[in-house]
Amino acid sequence: MPFMPVKFNLQKRVKLAQGLWMIYWLSVIVGILIFSLGLFFKVELRKRSEMMDNNESHLVPNLLILVGLLAGGVSAFGGKVCHDSLDPVKFAKWKPMLKPYLLLCCGFNVLMLFTALLCFLMQFAVYLTLAEGLKNSIKFYKDTDTPGRCFMKRTLDMTQIEFRCCGNNNFRDWFEVQWISNRYLDMSNDLVKDRVLSNVEGKYLMDSVPFSCCNPGSPRPCIQHHLTNNTAHYDYDHRIEELNIWSRGCREALFAYFSSMMNSIGASSSSPSCWR
Amino acid sequence: MAFLKLTFSKNKRDKLAQVLWILNWVSVVTGILLFSMGLFLKVEINKRVELMAERDIQYVPNMLIAVGLIACAINFLGGKICYDCVDTTKFLRWKLILLPYIMCTFFFTFCVLVGALMCYSMHGELEESLNLGLTEAIRFYKDTDTPGRCFLKRTVDLLQIEFKCCGNTGYKDWFQIQWISNRYLDMSKKDVLDRLRSNVQGKYLMDGQQISNNSAHFNYEHQTEELNLWMKGCRQALLEYYTHIVQSIGLTVLITWLFELSVLTGVRYLQTSLENGLRQGDLNSESDGWLLENGPDNVPPKQIPEAS
Repeated sequence: MPFMPVKFNLQKRVKLAQGLWMIYWLSVIVGILIFSLGLFFKVELRKRSEMMDNNESHLVPNLLILVGLLAGGVSAFGGKVCHDSLDPVKFAKWKPMLKPYLLLCCGFNVLMLFTALLCFLMQFAVYLTLAEGLKNSIKFYKDTDTPGRCFMKRTLDMTQIEFRCCGNNNFRDWFEVQWISNRYLDMSNDLVKDRVLSNVEGKYLMDSVPFSCCNPGSPRPCIQHHLTNNTAHYDYDHRIEELNIWSRGCREALFAYFSSMMNSIGASSSSPSCWR
Repeated sequence: MAFLKLTFSKNKRDKLAQVLWILNWVSVVTGILLFSMGLFLKVEINKRVELMAERDIQYVPNMLIAVGLIACAINFLGGKICYDCVDTTKFLRWKLILLPYIMCTFFFTFCVLVGALMCYSMHGELEESLNLGLTEAIRFYKDTDTPGRCFLKRTVDLLQIEFKCCGNTGYKDWFQIQWISNRYLDMSKKDVLDRLRSNVQGKYLMDGQQISNNSAHFNYEHQTEELNLWMKGCRQALLEYYTHIVQSIGLTVLITWLFELSVLTGVRYLQTSLENGLRQGDLNSESDGWLLENGPDNVPPKQIPEAS
């Protein structure tokens, strides 16, 4: 007993073939779109890979690129077959290939759905990679003379400016690391020596943040040093001051950016597989 | 004697009409491009209008938008006309409109050229406007509590971050003005009062000492330190940015002008050759086309004295 049989006369068959031809060409365009979305995502991951310790997984964008290319190829082939099926002579040429082609299409649809699902699920991996990567970035901020890390300061500064964030969880992460290199600390100065000796690891810790944490929308010039000392600045209370530096953490900011990108890519790649 | 006369067979005329049809549509596309570039320039200027003094520079994007729209309309009509010129009956419909259309296109082509020249002449006014505007912006940087100026600090900060520049001509512009509002200065402190009294206008100026003071910072020499602050002035940075945009727009306008000129020439030839064909009575035969009926070397035929 065939599953869901439908009767077709010649007219209906022709109309069906024409409709399918159009849908296949739309699928080619969608395939190109998914390919470019995958490429865009890959480029964005590469741009921010320093923030993620160069550890990020490129599985999702690579899959998207592959799926996009395959979608284009499969749909173009399908369009050709549908176009030729209107002519019985040409159709006879394609007849033996149709069954394997349909099986391939089914498999491909499953792959597409799987990719869309991955887009939503891999966000957890991105979150964890960001957390670890930012922690290390902040630690290596001062190492502008170490090969391989000399641009970390610049990258982190630009990220904090661009994403309007400060530190990993919040600005207090900067209080826990030495972000000024020893090359710029006058070790003959007593104050410096006291501060270095005041903690177990011999680090020069301060309650200051780099300039890139500053919020330009603040009505007063940026206060980046002695943040927790109210008496160090005129008319300043660190508990109620909100506009001085960015209060959001960079992990949250970057994750929001990537997750919105992945959600939209996932949504746009799951809809074509529905109408295939 | 006609100016630049050319003979057209029916075939050549039809080919000319087809080529003109394509050219007209290309010009429609360049018209749309011009319109969007004018819009883009307008948006870019308005984004930074707080940093520019009152100068008449809005005329350039407005002119570009107008030219773009008119180019679209004129070339759309021209495309329709050229398409119809292949068919005799349809040509007769357009016959009367053709000459006025050519006059309009001639006038419009002249306007496009003027527009291109305007693009390149904007430079001087823009520089002056930016110079004055940035001076004012830096002066009012601290006035974050004055209505109408409260976002100037943010605008200038973001400008300096985005364009990687500092001050008007250079970073020393900041040494000459008070950029910290009095609200955040502790007037009860002695050194604050000293600094205020140290200059005629009672302004709290600083950093002429801190940045130039090599002993204020460890391992710091202000004469050789290049990477600490942005060295470029914001006026130069903004000027370069806008000049770059306007120059590319100017180039596009020139290319549009060339297209319009070729369309104008082609349509004129088409019009004259079709009218001559009509005058001869047979549109399918060869006819002459020209740009001007009475050319510059037109000499009236010598009057042959009648043999008495």
